Amino acid sequence: MDYAANLMLSLPEVILGIGAVILMMFSAWGGPGATRAVSWASVAVLFGAGVALTGPAGHGGDAYLGLYHADAFAAFAKVLIYIATAVAIIMAPGFFQRTAGDNLRPEYPVLMLLSATGMGLMVSAGDLLTLYVGLELQSLAAYVLASFMRRDQRSAEAGLKYFVLGALASGILLYGVSLVYGFTGTTLFRGIADAYAIDAANPVKSLGMVFGLVFVFAGLAFKISAVPFHMWTPDVYEGAPTPVTAFFASAPKVAAIGLAVRVAVEAMGPALGEWRQIVIFAALASIILGAVAAIGQTNIKRLLAYSSINNVGFALVGLAAGTPEGVAGVMTYMAIYVAMTLGSFLVVLQMRDADGQPVESIASLSGMSRTRPALAAAMAIFMFSLAGIPPLFGFYAKFAVFSAAVQAGLFPLAAIGIAASTIGAYYYLRIVKTMYFDDPAPAFVKGEEGALQGGLIALAAVAVSPLGYLAIPALGAWSMAAAQALF
Amino acid sequence: MEGLPILSLMLAVPLVAAVICLFLSAEGARRLALAATLVDFVLGILLWLNFDIGGAQWQFVEAGPRLGFFSWSLGIDGFALMLIMLSVFLMPICIGASWRSVTNRVPEYMAAFLLTEVLMIGTFAAQDLFLFYLFFEAGLIPMYLIIGIWGGANRIYASYKFFLYTLLGSLLMLVAMIYMAQTAGSSFIPDLQAYDFPVHVQTWLWLAFFASFAVKMPMWPVHTWLPDAHVQAPTAGSVILAGVLLKLGGYGFLRFSLPMFPEASGQLTWLIFALSAVAVVYTSLVALVQSDMKKLIAYSSVAHMAIVTIGLFAFNQQGIEGAMIMMLSHGLVSGALFLCVGVIYDRLHTREIARYGGLSINMPKYAVLFLFFTMASIGLPGTSGFVAEFLSLMGTYQRSTWFALLCTTSIILGAAYMLYLYRRIAYGEIKSDEVRGMSDLSGREMWLMAPIAAVVLWMGVYPESFLAPMRSDVAILMQRVDRAAPPSDSRPTPGNPAAVAALKSHEAHEEAAPGEAH
Repeated sequence: MDYAANLMLSLPEVILGIGAVILMMFSAWGGPGATRAVSWASVAVLFGAGVALTGPAGHGGDAYLGLYHADAFAAFAKVLIYIATAVAIIMAPGFFQRTAGDNLRPEYPVLMLLSATGMGLMVSAGDLLTLYVGLELQSLAAYVLASFMRRDQRSAEAGLKYFVLGALASGILLYGVSLVYGFTGTTLFRGIADAYAIDAANPVKSLGMVFGLVFVFAGLAFKISAVPFHMWTPDVYEGAPTPVTAFFASAPKVAAIGLAVRVAVEAMGPALGEWRQIVIFAALASIILGAVAAIGQTNIKRLLAYSSINNVGFALVGLAAGTPEGVAGVMTYMAIYVAMTLGSFLVVLQMRDADGQPVESIASLSGMSRTRPALAAAMAIFMFSLAGIPPLFGFYAKFAVFSAAVQAGLFPLAAIGIAASTIGAYYYLRIVKTMYFDDPAPAFVKGEEGALQGGLIALAAVAVSPLGYLAIPALGAWSMAAAQALF
Repeated sequence: MEGLPILSLMLAVPLVAAVICLFLSAEGARRLALAATLVDFVLGILLWLNFDIGGAQWQFVEAGPRLGFFSWSLGIDGFALMLIMLSVFLMPICIGASWRSVTNRVPEYMAAFLLTEVLMIGTFAAQDLFLFYLFFEAGLIPMYLIIGIWGGANRIYASYKFFLYTLLGSLLMLVAMIYMAQTAGSSFIPDLQAYDFPVHVQTWLWLAFFASFAVKMPMWPVHTWLPDAHVQAPTAGSVILAGVLLKLGGYGFLRFSLPMFPEASGQLTWLIFALSAVAVVYTSLVALVQSDMKKLIAYSSVAHMAIVTIGLFAFNQQGIEGAMIMMLSHGLVSGALFLCVGVIYDRLHTREIARYGGLSINMPKYAVLFLFFTMASIGLPGTSGFVAEFLSLMGTYQRSTWFALLCTTSIILGAAYMLYLYRRIAYGEIKSDEVRGMSDLSGREMWLMAPIAAVVLWMGVYPESFLAPMRSDVAILMQRVDRAAPPSDSRPTPGNPAAVAALKSHEAHEEAAPGEAH
């Protein structure tokens, strides 16, 4: 395969990388005044990368001697990542403009683009080194984004925490990678899979491989914030600027889950019995801890952080099945989750007091159904959907993963996981209760960018409303095609 | 009527009206909600008139597109027809009951009720396992809002308890449903009703469904959400909760547990019987000491629902027919009783029984109707309650004489707590001026209760109208579950042969000599 063909297969990353570099130059000379133009140009670049997925980059196969996979699975994840990144860029100007402190700078969209490039590499990785490079590119951009409000102490703290713990996670992951490389003799996923398949018959030698596997999964669990490696999530989510939090809760989550699924199935598929235990534990622990710990929260961003831990647990239920249906369930889950979580954060962005400063306490939502009925209705839809109550679309997400788990014969996992979702329903209901049953608090003031953000909220609300069921045939077929690419 | 998707239409009318309601004024929303529910009632009557009694098991079948895991397939049998009729009959009454008493956020209130109607009809009409689940579970959302927004002082606790209790039960059922659909390769309910699951699997599936339906029913000991929900809900919310939502549990046993897991049902009949017997005795006694009217009626609902469950699991025609009539009768009677409570609550704003007394003096019309529904609740012959209890208990007697004996105390205890309630409210002297100032039923209130009274009488005097559409369905169900019927301890014998022979010869003798004096 010549180099041009390889480049064509990785066209989305090429577009994003070049776009980011050009826009960086542009913002370096343009200064803060160029922010708006650079933001919209970044969205255009993301759109271009998305369009590139329709070409060979979406289904072309291996590139760079197997280091990079351009398959349907990567394409599915990338579409979600690009959409989430674009929304996170679009929602930022309104937030920074009216928040006292730092203004939005053109670096913000550029960092987002770089992060998206890294995430694209993560979900396309066919080799442990591609994996690591993608992960670090994404993470480094994310550390800066978390502390983007330089004068805000919480933001700086969030960035620092994220950096220290992220570095620790990378270390654990690298240690696992080195073990896997040492015992299998290759970093290519395919080669690793072959090594695991052969060594299943030779338990003495495979002990090192199992160690490697455990460390790799621990490192990945950090990135997807699955229990017991979730501790950084609430602090980082609370401290980071809200648009960045929305970004963290959506795009990198999809990328990390996609990466975990790819490593689990493509590289370590033959060791299903080994990693399934880890995944089941992480899934149940995340579901239960994410639900229980969220009950006491008074800050909406912290609550959504625990909600994201909880949701990762549900997505992992599909991975535990280890079947194409399970992987399709995970991807379906992430698609619906992105819509729900972005919608919720868009509503959080609307929460501003009379001075236009953001408020984050759940109590300030009191009686919103009377002061801002449409916004309250949208938030109620997102909350019921996150809780997985039919007929909202979030139910289908849970249905897809639990259906796969039942099919794989994992009845205790399905029964415990689904029963524990009742605990989660409690704190989602609490938001609805605050908005609908309590006496009104001072109303939130409307922003200038109301129309754009309102449109996005409406779009997300329609997507997770019962109308979303009409998308099931398409979503099902697409996620199944994505899953088949790994098997 | 051929080709008209009448079931989909019955779902669409209230749904569209619910959305429009949100954009109307309070008065407009009331009128639209009433109009929409009346249209649905007319459609329901058309449904009943066009239902071919003794015809195909599933009628008005609509097969819609398949959306991933479920398909839009609707269709009803006799059981579903009757319960849909109950829903569409009670719904306009609920709207009417809220006409004056709800003044706060009326458009949302009406929208929530119309949405509840959609979901109830959908639950009864669904022919697909997961479509059923969607409707069944979605009903929690509007009810949560109704209790939480328009409820009484302790509404928030009650709304949480209602939601989480029922959610936990249903989720285990969902896992069972997924397993069933994957094993049987179909989520079409008639297919599953003909599919034989292995017996040991049946037990687990049965228990998972039981977890959901027992909470919905509600059966002792998971009934505790019901008194809270009833007491805190607004009047119309209580009516719909007692009238229709409690029937979902019984309907579920009838539609899923019995025909899909006959062996497990047979093996676990003792569990149902034991829980029901405890419920009858215990909740009746609890009802006897209540000082809150709504709570008393809520506990009486638990006792009556226990009669439904023993009837269903009696594994014979009388039992199942009795259980169905009990569901219909209880839906009407307890709904009417909650309306009766609502009438005086609207005047005095308390549910405390002790605050009332002597209402028969200044509210004679009210006293007559309240007495009538009290009697229907006790099961006086001539009212629907009698037919229901008689058939249910007769069916039970054929299965287990001891449990029949225990459950028959429901009639005695029922008479005790209902008559005691009536005595404290309607008889005696008027104690306070505020009670003396209460006016008798208004025209609107008469219009709400008179139709229910008429139907209760109709069902009591000529139950055949209601039994006929269900008869062939009961036969089909019996055919399916008969093989698994648990052993019976009642062994009816033809009686004393000598006495029978003597009677026959006596009759023959009489016919031969008609003029002879006795």
